[in-house]
Amino acid sequence: MSPVFSVSDQLNFSAAKEVRLSSLEPGAEVQVVSVEGTSPISRRLKEMGVVPGVSVRIVKTAPFGDPLEVRLLGYNLALRRSEADLVSVIRQPRSK
Amino acid sequence: MIQSTAAPSAAAASMTVALAGNPNAGKTTLFNFLTGLRQKVANYPGVTVEWRSGEWQTAESRVTLIDLPGLYSLETTSIDESIARTVLEGGVAGVSRPDVIVAVVDATNLERNLYLVTQLFDFGIPVVVALTMMDTFEKRKHALDTAKMSKLLGVPVVEMNAAKGQGNSELWDAVLSVAGTMPKFPLHAGDQETESENARIFSRYNFISGVVQASVKHYDRDAHRFSERLDKVLTHKVFGLAILVGVLLLVFQAIFTWAAVPMELLEQGFGWFGDLLRARMSQGILADLAVDGIVAGVGGVLIFLPQILLLFLFISILEDTGYMSRAAFLLDRLMSRVGLHGKAFLPLMSSFACAIPGIMATRTIENSRDRFATILIAPLMSCSARLPVYTLMIGAFFSGQVVFGFLSIGAVLMLAMYVLGITVAVIVAFVLKRTVLKSDPAPFIMELPPYRVPNVRTILQNMYLRAWMFVKRAGTVILAISIILWGLMYFPRSADNASISQVEVANGGAPLPESVQLQNSYAGRLGHAIEPLIRPLGYDWKIGVALIASFAAREVLVSTLSIIYNVGKDENEESDSLIGAVRNARRPDGTLAWTPLTALSLMVFFVLAMQCMSTLAIVRRETNSWRWPLFMLGYMTVLAYVGALITYQGGRLLGLQ
Repeated sequence: MSPVFSVSDQLNFSAAKEVRLSSLEPGAEVQVVSVEGTSPISRRLKEMGVVPGVSVRIVKTAPFGDPLEVRLLGYNLALRRSEADLVSVIRQPRSK
Repeated sequence: MIQSTAAPSAAAASMTVALAGNPNAGKTTLFNFLTGLRQKVANYPGVTVEWRSGEWQTAESRVTLIDLPGLYSLETTSIDESIARTVLEGGVAGVSRPDVIVAVVDATNLERNLYLVTQLFDFGIPVVVALTMMDTFEKRKHALDTAKMSKLLGVPVVEMNAAKGQGNSELWDAVLSVAGTMPKFPLHAGDQETESENARIFSRYNFISGVVQASVKHYDRDAHRFSERLDKVLTHKVFGLAILVGVLLLVFQAIFTWAAVPMELLEQGFGWFGDLLRARMSQGILADLAVDGIVAGVGGVLIFLPQILLLFLFISILEDTGYMSRAAFLLDRLMSRVGLHGKAFLPLMSSFACAIPGIMATRTIENSRDRFATILIAPLMSCSARLPVYTLMIGAFFSGQVVFGFLSIGAVLMLAMYVLGITVAVIVAFVLKRTVLKSDPAPFIMELPPYRVPNVRTILQNMYLRAWMFVKRAGTVILAISIILWGLMYFPRSADNASISQVEVANGGAPLPESVQLQNSYAGRLGHAIEPLIRPLGYDWKIGVALIASFAAREVLVSTLSIIYNVGKDENEESDSLIGAVRNARRPDGTLAWTPLTALSLMVFFVLAMQCMSTLAIVRRETNSWRWPLFMLGYMTVLAYVGALITYQGGRLLGLQ
């Protein structure tokens, strides 16, 4: 069994391009690289499991374009674009 | 785990157990299952967070079970979290420090639920993990090695099934086995003090990742995405919004129309009871106090019950099924424009029927500043109690008139009053969020929990608790104010007044008309006293008396005007005699007391003014301080005055009458 995820502060993601979670289209599957800052919002995101190494799938955007719905760690999370802006991710390779 | 002899039952009898867990983890269901109806709700001193405690009764003994608020974390700054921390540190007066923490963990959502568990380790209190949602977990073809998980976490792990009534005795045995022991956890807060916030959070998740990998088999986290399929429709850009509008209309219809039937019955019932009481009691102050003060006051409180029960029936269903978060998801963009949370929509919508259930419904908003802002603007939504006032004014001065050949002015004015309320509410919310209630933007970050079938018992319990709390807490305040207002209109008795006695003599010794009594009462004198103040709005002192009386409730304006114009207090807003009296009322100098412009000014006043003691009482209750209801009364009175002043004086400048 492949590991569920492995949390690390220093993952080597140099091969892939980092993008913001807020910039992605529904259906995109990504892996978290970092969450910016130490604000309460940043902290809440990390505590909800948005930590480096975790896989995230963009499910959809709300009717007026904001907030976003994402799926991670087996549950669905809604967050505003401004909040998703704090999260750097890389696209996950399609191969399992 | 079967060694239930670890703690003597005498100690167990005085034991306190705290129930902690994420929102939506099944904590409430478990709490209800363990305590039955032996529970009570209280407020933490000085704050608005509620907590429930109950008796957990097992074969051997009873313990006090404390239900902590639903938590994702114990280290951030939300009020729920700091309360939970204080309880676990034994810092809340009247609540002893828990001997054991039962951590409720949703098996279908292990990682995030276990995060809180790793934080519970920091308090040095023995922890027992209660796994919920096991049936769903197994349906998804997952398997969990509880023995292994228990070993890795260093705490007992018990599988619960509250729906089937399983796990109670196992959980009890586990609690007894750890009670009084010094816990040894695999993760220590002490090790982490020097680490950064990031490192602390990451090391917790790393630890959890290890536990889950070792104890869960066939883990396919994306199997059975029933909720996501449902959401394809329910949060769809078009269908989702259409369904939401339908749901909101249904709720609105229920509290606006369906609740009217039992409300009418209650009103008639209290009227009947008042008459009965009056017939049984000897005439005099006591009978008047009992009937017009107490019965009318209590009736005025209880009449809101059908609306509150119905609204909380819907809210509980919407929350329990998981739909409420979807509604917030759909509407957050609109609401965030004025600085409010998506969840503020339903309370504001409900306030069009009545602000009282609407304000009670703001409990679903977690951030207290967002919640207070919502509470403060809720009474600006044009509630059903304003309708009789609009109807009377339109009936008296604008009936039968049309614009553009087909649009009745009455309908246009009615709509304009609703629009005025909403517009002012948006502006007030915008200003409040940048001044009095200024704060860093509260995170929206919100779980969209899986859809679930609502639990009937939880819903009924929630309705009962809300209704009871309304009657108990708001009722006392409302009753007190009713009696004071009654006294203002009742005293001094006109018979005591020599000059009035002459009126009575002139009247041929007939009982004094109520209008004379009211004119000479303290309320009548107050009306005279405020006349200079309200003259710029176009009102004479008689309208002033009606304004004072309608502080109790807006619709009282109609019956007060009936009394003061002496057409009998049982006339309603569509009565021809009342409409005629209003049209023909004259001031001492012979000019008409009312013009269409006066009527318009009064309608604007009623849109913006805080004339509802029940609302003030419930705001006092919900914010746990007199500061906010007084602030609300103050700002709305100023708005109403200025609004009516602009309407009247502006209208006169434009040459209107």
